[in-house]
Amino acid sequence: MFKRIFNRTRTWVDDRTGLPTAILKMARHLVPPDAKWWYVFGSATLCAFMIQVISGVALAFAYIPSASQAYSTLQFISDDAPFGHFLRGLHYYGASAMVLMVGLHMAQVFLFGSYKFPRELNWATGVLLLGFTLVMGFTGQLMRWDQNAVWSIVVGAEQAGRVPFIGKWLAHFTLGGDTVGGATLNRFFAIHVFIMPAFIFAFVGLHLWLVLRHGISEPPKAGKPVDPKTYRQEYKELIEKKGRPFWPDAAWRDTVFCVGMIVAIAALALYFGAPQLGKPPDPSIIAATPRPDWYLLWCFAVLALLPHGSEQYFMVFGPLLAGLLLIALPFISNRGERSPSRRPWAIAAVVMIVLMITSLWVKGVRAPWSPNFHPEPLTASVVGASSGPVFIGAQLFHSKGCLNCHLIGEDGGRRGPDLTDVASRLPKSQMILRIANGGVNMPAYAANITQADMDAIVAFLQSRKIQRP
Amino acid sequence: MNETNDSNTPSCPGATLTPAEITRRRFLERLSLVAGGVGALILMVPMAGFILAPFFARKQEFWRSVGKVESFKIGETTAVQYQDASPLPWAGVTARSAAWLRRVNADTFIAFSINCTHLGCPVRWLAEANLFMCPCHGGVYYQNGAVAAGPPPLPLPRYPVRIKNGEVQIQTSPIPITK
Repeated sequence: MFKRIFNRTRTWVDDRTGLPTAILKMARHLVPPDAKWWYVFGSATLCAFMIQVISGVALAFAYIPSASQAYSTLQFISDDAPFGHFLRGLHYYGASAMVLMVGLHMAQVFLFGSYKFPRELNWATGVLLLGFTLVMGFTGQLMRWDQNAVWSIVVGAEQAGRVPFIGKWLAHFTLGGDTVGGATLNRFFAIHVFIMPAFIFAFVGLHLWLVLRHGISEPPKAGKPVDPKTYRQEYKELIEKKGRPFWPDAAWRDTVFCVGMIVAIAALALYFGAPQLGKPPDPSIIAATPRPDWYLLWCFAVLALLPHGSEQYFMVFGPLLAGLLLIALPFISNRGERSPSRRPWAIAAVVMIVLMITSLWVKGVRAPWSPNFHPEPLTASVVGASSGPVFIGAQLFHSKGCLNCHLIGEDGGRRGPDLTDVASRLPKSQMILRIANGGVNMPAYAANITQADMDAIVAFLQSRKIQRP
Repeated sequence: MNETNDSNTPSCPGATLTPAEITRRRFLERLSLVAGGVGALILMVPMAGFILAPFFARKQEFWRSVGKVESFKIGETTAVQYQDASPLPWAGVTARSAAWLRRVNADTFIAFSINCTHLGCPVRWLAEANLFMCPCHGGVYYQNGAVAAGPPPLPLPRYPVRIKNGEVQIQTSPIPITK
């Protein structure tokens, strides 16, 4: 009885809309039989995006995009709203998963040579989607609208300002005026909630359209290069002979992986929750230590580690060049071997990029270039004196800001060299020279301290020697 | 997918059209495109204008009092807060700006921007060390604002200051953007 009603309804809907048949046809499109677990990352990215849409829409029920109120609505969402803390966590770890899955998807497609003929535009639209995802990540971090968000915008505006000719204009556009203020948040809100999602929806549609048009690429075989003249025919024959319907023969793996990912995201959200809110978004609170979220922490490291004076070029042309190069990749090489075993440079490139981002990321977490603004005063046991020049020198070492950048034992900053054992490697004359003249990353103290202060600091430094047996 | 599916596409009528019909069709095609373009333009201009509004805003500068002259000690550098040039009604705390203000002598003040010239992070004044230090990438400036160390390409900018009716006033300024 129910089955009959269901079938009649289905037939009617199909007749009037044509959708069930069309959707089934797409779901059942034939895919290569050995496209297995390596092929789940694209679906996983889409799944993460859906988590973002759902959790984002839910958050929008309480969030007020207003410079004066956004922060308090975030406090409300985090502390009072039922499931609010969980939802924020979901949106945060969902974003993290999306960035991660985009990266994995891209690496897999690159290593398998799937970007080659005829899938050049699959790759190019994918690169654009990567860009959109990163823009979403950056603008999303700003939605928290705490102190960190405000200063991230200032940093963003300063970077935009380095663009030749239109820099000032771009910086002005980023801030929504001359300074951070009432107009600033709403620009990023509109970008994060309307413009970028619209682009992502459109380009995901195009991306999937292209996947259906050209079919999922077959896993590469060494010694079987892509030849644009014959590839289409070969692919057609393979699919006709051995193809399996995407649903459910291949889709079950996507489903299992995505559900696993959802469980992991939900568990992280429940267990760790979203990042803590920082101080209020008051640009006049000077005690601020702006840091980007983890997925952009490596950029923060790049900006700190570039040779002074070269940032101008890197900040502007670095991302531009990287983006252009990525988009151009399939147009530079769209034929030849696909198998990674025949493309050692492809493997090397992926390994290099992963190593580079990881090491920059590790540096970014530790941020040794940032001064330590609140070093503890050196203890008597570390100083080894409670009066006399060594003791006075230790006091000055703290008050003159030396300890903000130099380590003595476990205490101090990491910007400059560790001075725990400096007396073993520098004679007195060298110490005086360096303190007086400074260096690339150290101020010259000559005009800033008296002779007596200098003598005391040098006396203290000369006592910094690790006793070796 | 269905690029070979010809059964639904209407048979191409162009082949049997007379020249008059072709020009008519061409005309209608162009008419629709131009009309569509005009419609889009009518919608685009005000929309773009609205989004780009900040560029058309006249630059505003105000003198903001930050305290009585006597409240600042000679030789000291302190952080002062004031309202920025164009506080919108809903701006809340984001309408606030800050500067480092130093009283050099009885009637000379210097106001430094708090924004590092490297990437705009808020620099802090270390009074005993006589240095400004940046928390982001470790830029350091001497007490006169000259670069002492690290990545900043330019000295710390200064804002106009004046004394009026016994009050120290700072002129509101845009966040300095390093070119």
